[in-house]
Amino acid sequence: MTTTTPQDLIPKTPPNWRKYFSFSTDHKVIGIQYIVTAFFFFLLAGVFAMIMRGELITPEPDLLDRTVYNGLYTMHGTIMLFGWTFPVLSGFANYLVPLMIGARDMAFPRLNAVAFWMIPVVGILLILSFLVPGGPAQSGWWAYPPQSLQNPTGNLINGQFIWLLAVAISGVSSIMGALNIVTTIIRMRAPGMGWFKTPAFVWTVLAAQLIQLYGLPALTAGAVMLLCDLSVGTAFFDPAQGGNPVLFQHFFWFYSHPAVYVMVLPVFGIFSEVFPVYARKPLFGYKIVAVSSLIITGLSGIVWVHHMFASGTPGWMRVVFMASTMLISVPTGIKVFAWVGTIWGGKLRLDTPMLFAMGGLINFVFAGITGIMLSSVPIDIHVNNTYFVVGHFHYVLYGTITFGIYAGIYHWFPKMTGKMYYEGLGKLHFYLTFAGTALNFLPMHPLGLMGMPRRVASYDPEFAFWNVLASLGGFLLGISTIPFILNMVSSWTSGKPAGNNPWKAIGLEWLISSPPEHENFEEIPVVVAEPYGYGKDEKLTENMGG
Amino acid sequence: MTSSESAIDNVELTRSLEIPATHEHEEDNRMLGFIIFLLSESVIFLSFFAGYIVYKTTMTDWLPAGISGLEVREPAINTVVLVSSSFVIYIAERFLHKENLWGFRFFWLLTMAMGSYFLYGQAVEWMGLEFGFTSGVFGGTFFLLTGFHGLHVLTGVLLQAIMLIRSFLPNNYAGGQFGVESTSLFWHFVDVIWIVLFILIYVWQ
Repeated sequence: MTTTTPQDLIPKTPPNWRKYFSFSTDHKVIGIQYIVTAFFFFLLAGVFAMIMRGELITPEPDLLDRTVYNGLYTMHGTIMLFGWTFPVLSGFANYLVPLMIGARDMAFPRLNAVAFWMIPVVGILLILSFLVPGGPAQSGWWAYPPQSLQNPTGNLINGQFIWLLAVAISGVSSIMGALNIVTTIIRMRAPGMGWFKTPAFVWTVLAAQLIQLYGLPALTAGAVMLLCDLSVGTAFFDPAQGGNPVLFQHFFWFYSHPAVYVMVLPVFGIFSEVFPVYARKPLFGYKIVAVSSLIITGLSGIVWVHHMFASGTPGWMRVVFMASTMLISVPTGIKVFAWVGTIWGGKLRLDTPMLFAMGGLINFVFAGITGIMLSSVPIDIHVNNTYFVVGHFHYVLYGTITFGIYAGIYHWFPKMTGKMYYEGLGKLHFYLTFAGTALNFLPMHPLGLMGMPRRVASYDPEFAFWNVLASLGGFLLGISTIPFILNMVSSWTSGKPAGNNPWKAIGLEWLISSPPEHENFEEIPVVVAEPYGYGKDEKLTENMGG
Repeated sequence: MTSSESAIDNVELTRSLEIPATHEHEEDNRMLGFIIFLLSESVIFLSFFAGYIVYKTTMTDWLPAGISGLEVREPAINTVVLVSSSFVIYIAERFLHKENLWGFRFFWLLTMAMGSYFLYGQAVEWMGLEFGFTSGVFGGTFFLLTGFHGLHVLTGVLLQAIMLIRSFLPNNYAGGQFGVESTSLFWHFVDVIWIVLFILIYVWQ
């Protein structure tokens, strides 16, 4: 599988490490810059998580001061989202979209580079906020007022202020990225690539970026008002001056629930690309999978109040948003059935990307079930702000999204680097991660049902058993990254050459050399077939074969 | 500017390879990107408007003590000036399309003058008010909405100044008129936002 076939193209340009530290406008360099930078933030926020799990191994608050604990969970959430999940998926979109649609680069290459270089700024600002008097923001990643308006040190430059600044910069970067990616997908698909010849990953990226464009400005509006309240003394969200703190929750969740779909849709795309390759079957129901992404884009804009069932929301509103939330599980469920249909009866190859994709699918079904439970008002009121919610969204963000990202990294690693990773280390990484995920996040569900609140440094001793298990799982997840890092570094520097298409996959990106040349395609491909033609005897393009 | 350079390179490349139409219209890429940006930007205003409506309809004591409401006459004159400038900038654009540069410059400068008058009128109004941005939610939303919109007007006038200066550069329009067209579109956008804002804040009291 990893042997080089004679017709493999050898890249003409020798590998040059320095380009990854430069202001490059090549979408492939930017893609890898995003992915690697994001992984550092992933490790950092993971360390925060393990410190918190260390605190929670005993019921007493003995390891950390409570305010330090508050700062840690705020920064854990913020960095995991704005430093890891969004940027790493931007990285995949950057790297893969032009290759998959047969374009030489993004529509606006400079804008692309500017958008990337804002991400390190965001991360550094958040890290520096540990050094300001009073420490980092402590109001959680959602920054609800009036908690987020408390400024005990009285300084203008405080943790919350820096937090808002970082989120604002991240927002500008995301909007730049979104309009770039949307323009690229609409305008720059190769000749012959109609919408229903466009790979599912591209559809999901389009759907996700459309959400950024309509959702993110609402958060920006809320953040601007919060910043005014915090620093110049306006009264928008301050109940003491007649303001309305619940309005901030609306602004926040109007974006931040759809944001979950911004993060999970590209992962759905990765699943849709990976399953056909390793099951050797066309993606089941490809067109429906593609369109269901856009349905999610629409529906995700009308579900946000389900985060606010316990925020004094009137009864009629609760019912409406309960129904819309249950409705959005339909297009999502369609995708799950399509993936199962793709795997079903396939000639499965259990390589690392496939293992991670299947693990991610299993975790996602579990997260979906707890999600449907949470959408129901009576259950939500019961478990609101407990570990049940924490368990649910970690099954989405770690169990599904991070698994999908790992699947994507292993699947496209040969394309990105031209080298093959070590399968044994990859499998070890998968089994450790899968076990760690279950051990860390499953116990949170019984804890939540028993009534353990989230965001506390100490708890009643009756919760100790499940907390010890969860902490052990957390440390196991920390250990699981070691074989991954070893694998990536050693195979990138001294792995075997991978060749054009080690997986015998179908897609424009697999027709060119690994890694691809600067402008990707010597000749722009002319697409003649639908994607995922596994088991069919047809050519993907008119001029490049496939 | 720089991204357009590499974009033009792309056009050359794709042209030389005789790629069908979708790849050629780099100009369209930029305009589409800009329209997407404006649509996204409009959601910020929509969010502020939504917030304003929620506050206005749910708060029991909306106006701060001692304030009876907002003066409408001066802002109405301002509105007429700003709305008219949208037509003036359109005339300027028509002149440019007919390659009448001096006609373009005259009406373009007139647009800038009208935009600047609007900003001046806004500043005079702000100075004369009896409340500030800390005067409850009423003061906060008033200054937030007019201030955020005013920033957009200022941006528009600055963009217009750049386009005016660039019109004196030789071969400025060799690569198309994207700069002028996008500035003009931005101006219409700022104008439409103001009409909604004027109705919400001044008319609906």
